[in-house]
Amino acid sequence: MSEEVVWLTIFVLSVFVGIEVISKVSSTLHTPLMSGANAIHGIILLGAVIVTGMTDSTVALVVGLIAIVLAAVNMVGGFVVTDRMLQMFTRRKPKPAKADTGSTGGAA
Amino acid sequence: MPPTWVQLTYLACAVCFILSLKGLAGPKTARAGNLLGAAAAVVAVAVPFFYLELDHVPLILVAIALGSAAGVLGAQKVQMTQMPQMVALFNGVGGGAASLVALLELHEMVPHADSAFGPGWFTFAATAFTILVGAVSFAGSVVTFAKLQELMTSRPVVFPGLPVVFGVLLLASVVLSVLTVTDPTMWIGIVLALLGLAVGVLLVLPVGGADVPIVISLLNAFTGLTVAAGGYVLGNVVLLVAGTLVGSAGTFLTLLMAGAMGRSVANILFGALKGGSTLGAGVASDRPVRSAGPEDVAILLGYAERVIIVPGYGLAVAQAQHTLRELVDVLAARGTKVDYAIHPVAGRMPGHMNVLLAEAQVPYEQLVEMDDINGEFKHTDVVLVVGANDVVNPAAKTTPGAPIYGMPILDADEAKQIVFMKRSMRPGFAGIENELLFDPKTTLLFGDAKDSLGKLLSAVKGL
Repeated sequence: MSEEVVWLTIFVLSVFVGIEVISKVSSTLHTPLMSGANAIHGIILLGAVIVTGMTDSTVALVVGLIAIVLAAVNMVGGFVVTDRMLQMFTRRKPKPAKADTGSTGGAA
Repeated sequence: MPPTWVQLTYLACAVCFILSLKGLAGPKTARAGNLLGAAAAVVAVAVPFFYLELDHVPLILVAIALGSAAGVLGAQKVQMTQMPQMVALFNGVGGGAASLVALLELHEMVPHADSAFGPGWFTFAATAFTILVGAVSFAGSVVTFAKLQELMTSRPVVFPGLPVVFGVLLLASVVLSVLTVTDPTMWIGIVLALLGLAVGVLLVLPVGGADVPIVISLLNAFTGLTVAAGGYVLGNVVLLVAGTLVGSAGTFLTLLMAGAMGRSVANILFGALKGGSTLGAGVASDRPVRSAGPEDVAILLGYAERVIIVPGYGLAVAQAQHTLRELVDVLAARGTKVDYAIHPVAGRMPGHMNVLLAEAQVPYEQLVEMDDINGEFKHTDVVLVVGANDVVNPAAKTTPGAPIYGMPILDADEAKQIVFMKRSMRPGFAGIENELLFDPKTTLLFGDAKDSLGKLLSAVKGL
């Protein structure tokens, strides 16, 4: 199997996994899900770091550093803002939540 | 080939991203899913520092710190009502970063283009794709940000010849992409990026304000695919998998959202080009309506057995969620059964209203989704519409030419009484008149939502 085909295989399988994992999402969670997915593609930061760290041209270094700043805004900001949204979903009803997690050892 | 431990770490990170998306799709697991994704991203970014001999490490770390600080600051300062444009902005900078990374890769690849051991044609094609689509995503997101932040009009912007200009730009992009493969130079890459910026702007300009969230989701998927292509160029599996996941999940999510609004993605993007189908009136009507004071509405509400609240973006803009919750608590204490009817696209994005009401600590069970509550309106005494308009506009069912025609709506018109709380007679975000406002069953309570709700609250308490 040539290397291209290996990459193609990973790509195609990932497409199906991507659709499969979110296929049952309720519309309540559309916004946080979009925001979370948005944060995940901030992983381009990894690519920006590698490219910038390997270059020896000054112009390329400057462009690379700009790419790193932008990608870091995307990744870090994206995860923080998603967490802020989701906090609001989990903070509701603090009392019953306690009952749920309370010890069940001696009960029943 | 990177060492085995690096490849295994990347594999683990890729799996974490899959689990992260899976977690985000369920209400109980969403927060854990997001944190897992964040952890995987941090680990993946740290890896190259340990196995590659990177130059400029201090500068790189400073850049990461700067970007992270800006991201955290933006994420914490933003108000929940402005969430959609924040997501657009984060998406845009990600697309811009991907485009720049691909330009740098091209810079590395050009000198080796003619060598037998140089990169293959497919690598150049993937590079061209990343440069172009990353730039489209960046420029498109900036325009969506400007539209939602009301830095520019949220109405569709069209000018004569726009379809022609757009077509020419697309054609030029394809030609230059082919040239990037056959005869790569740095200049072609730079012009390709500029073309991408122009395409991105022209793609979003004709989209009407109400449809902008769908476009954000679509551009989000675009950025995902560019990151995937960038991953192929760099030979990095974690970028490929994460980017593809976001690309496919994002595309699917876009279709789900468009379905919730009863629109097709093609119609949203190109509807305005075909002749004003997403253009609305945008002017206030002077037809007679029935309006009332807070005391009258308080009596209606106070003696109703069944009340349904339809919250909209106007509620959030007025920061009146907390006052509304108090009002509902008082009504519930009087024995009235009250629920909130949540339209899938209430607010500015699907699920946005749930976030806003959760912020005001409205109990989750009171938030009822459209399909579950639509049968209830028939048995409802009063529907209180607070700062919403398009989601209860019967034109979606009755007027085939209307921009929102075909969008599923809340059947508020079936209730015995309808009370609209509005600032003015200005039409909603989609810019079309709402016949329900002129219905004999309808009463209007004019004023700022927070102000009116406050008066309504004290009037109900005084009953």
